[in-house]
Amino acid sequence: MGVLGPKMAFRVLVGCKRVIDYAVKVRVKPDKTGVVTDGVKHSLNPFDEIAIEEAVRLKEKKIATEIVAVSCGPPKCQEVLRTALAMGADRGIHIEVPDEEYASLQPIHVSKILAKLAAQEEASMIIVGKQAIDDDCNQTAQMTAAFLDWPQATFASKIEKTNGDLLVTREVDGGLETIKVKLPAVLSTDLRLNEPRYATLPNIMKAKKKKIDKKKPADLGVDITQHVEVLKVEEPPVRQAGVIIENAEQLVSKLREAGHIQ
Amino acid sequence: NSTLVIAEHDNANLSGVTLNAITAASKFGGDVTCLVAGEKTASVVEQLSKVKGVSKILVAENEAFKGMLAESIAPLVVSSQNQFKFTHIVAAGSATGKNLIPRVAAKLDVSPISDIIGIEDHETFVRTIYAGNAVTTVRCKDAVKVLTVRGTSFEAAETEGGSASSEQFAGDGSSNELSQWESADLSTSDRPELTSAKIVISGGRGMKNGDNFQLLYTLADKWGAAVGASRAAVDAGMVPNDMQVGQTGKIVAPELYVAVGISGAIQHLAGMKDSKTIVAINKDPEAPIFQVADLGLVADLFKAIPEMTELCNK
Repeated sequence: MGVLGPKMAFRVLVGCKRVIDYAVKVRVKPDKTGVVTDGVKHSLNPFDEIAIEEAVRLKEKKIATEIVAVSCGPPKCQEVLRTALAMGADRGIHIEVPDEEYASLQPIHVSKILAKLAAQEEASMIIVGKQAIDDDCNQTAQMTAAFLDWPQATFASKIEKTNGDLLVTREVDGGLETIKVKLPAVLSTDLRLNEPRYATLPNIMKAKKKKIDKKKPADLGVDITQHVEVLKVEEPPVRQAGVIIENAEQLVSKLREAGHIQ
Repeated sequence: NSTLVIAEHDNANLSGVTLNAITAASKFGGDVTCLVAGEKTASVVEQLSKVKGVSKILVAENEAFKGMLAESIAPLVVSSQNQFKFTHIVAAGSATGKNLIPRVAAKLDVSPISDIIGIEDHETFVRTIYAGNAVTTVRCKDAVKVLTVRGTSFEAAETEGGSASSEQFAGDGSSNELSQWESADLSTSDRPELTSAKIVISGGRGMKNGDNFQLLYTLADKWGAAVGASRAAVDAGMVPNDMQVGQTGKIVAPELYVAVGISGAIQHLAGMKDSKTIVAINKDPEAPIFQVADLGLVADLFKAIPEMTELCNK
């Protein structure tokens, strides 16, 4: 950390969450304890895929020297680490969390894990997706930055390195804003940052030989006690389809009747 | 109970989403304190002092607060928490709130709860997961509850009738060595803002190109409506991303939502299905959008929209 001379290591840590694939229609369990995950296709969180892609591009530009993909959860998380490795990450770290504890693992825990790893690995940058498409929390980057006392450049749609700083364009409510952050820093990716590449077959084969280290939260001194208890998970209220109307004239008069328009 | 609401503003005006956050904060009972951090905040403080439900305003002025960067605001919030021991800390679920609140929570070593849509009691909250395809009720076990609030799920607090006192608050966080706000490239429009408009007209892939959005702008100006877009239209480069309605864009819940040439992908529905009345105009009668629409018109939008505009001229 600290001085980033031309020959210094510039290690990028990338968070990789395994989630239900975005194309799957999720179903709530009848007992309301969660959603059905057994036998359902999972994949790398799409925003994390963008994070890996950005790290790989930083390495291609000779800014990053090594990319370490990190995933927390049950053994199947290694699948998404292999995806990251096939896209160009150099090695993986699997933080093993058994199923029963994984259910209550929150961004606060993952952030503490990432922060500890960043210190151990002397990382110069952490990139994660702005949110995971399962819990939609949008917290991990911000909390990781807080635990490390690093700056945070969230919802990034463009990243440029200038001397020791990063110039980051962020997607905000009214449009875009640009901020400058010192390195080391934590970034979170928005959709427009890049188009992730597909892993080629040779790269998928090569990825099988790359190393994945295993650790437990306790090895890093991270306590994963539950902060938030899920009381129930339900189907959202269903909207009933209304009526089909004949033409534009009828639509306008209906909207007038309802008082929506003059 | 006592709640701190982080006020969002541009040094001139209080942001509308803060009013929704104040309503959510009022539901906990007890005093509602607002924190206004900025450079020159006098007019914001004045607006806020009239908002119903606000009892006290903490004012922190410093150049370091430019752009409401989390690196400078979070320490300030933490020091106010250390001094006043709030039970809840609340901000709007806007880009600013989402950026700030988790950093505050981490500094307090608690788990934040994002984008709540309901409050069951002082520690039990409702929020959506899986892009709105499931709704979860959670209990927060931490001593202080740190939350962002989805604006469309709570009414805006009234902007008249309040009489809050204000006091300077020094706190920590008056310097920021980590980050710096450089510039903004914000869309300017005379039309209402998407998330607070009473009527929203959105265009999708069926609009074919960006120029055709002019059809929607013309109708929107007749109706005083905001104009949005589906992710497909944004991804195709027709319009900028800040117009995007959906799980990955803005969540809106106007009185009237008109979806034009939008098929109705799940991720789009997540952003608009709480609208009071939904109208769909699409030439494909099988489009999923018709399953959630109150009024559906199966028609070529390039005929229907000019016709509607013409009818509204009369």
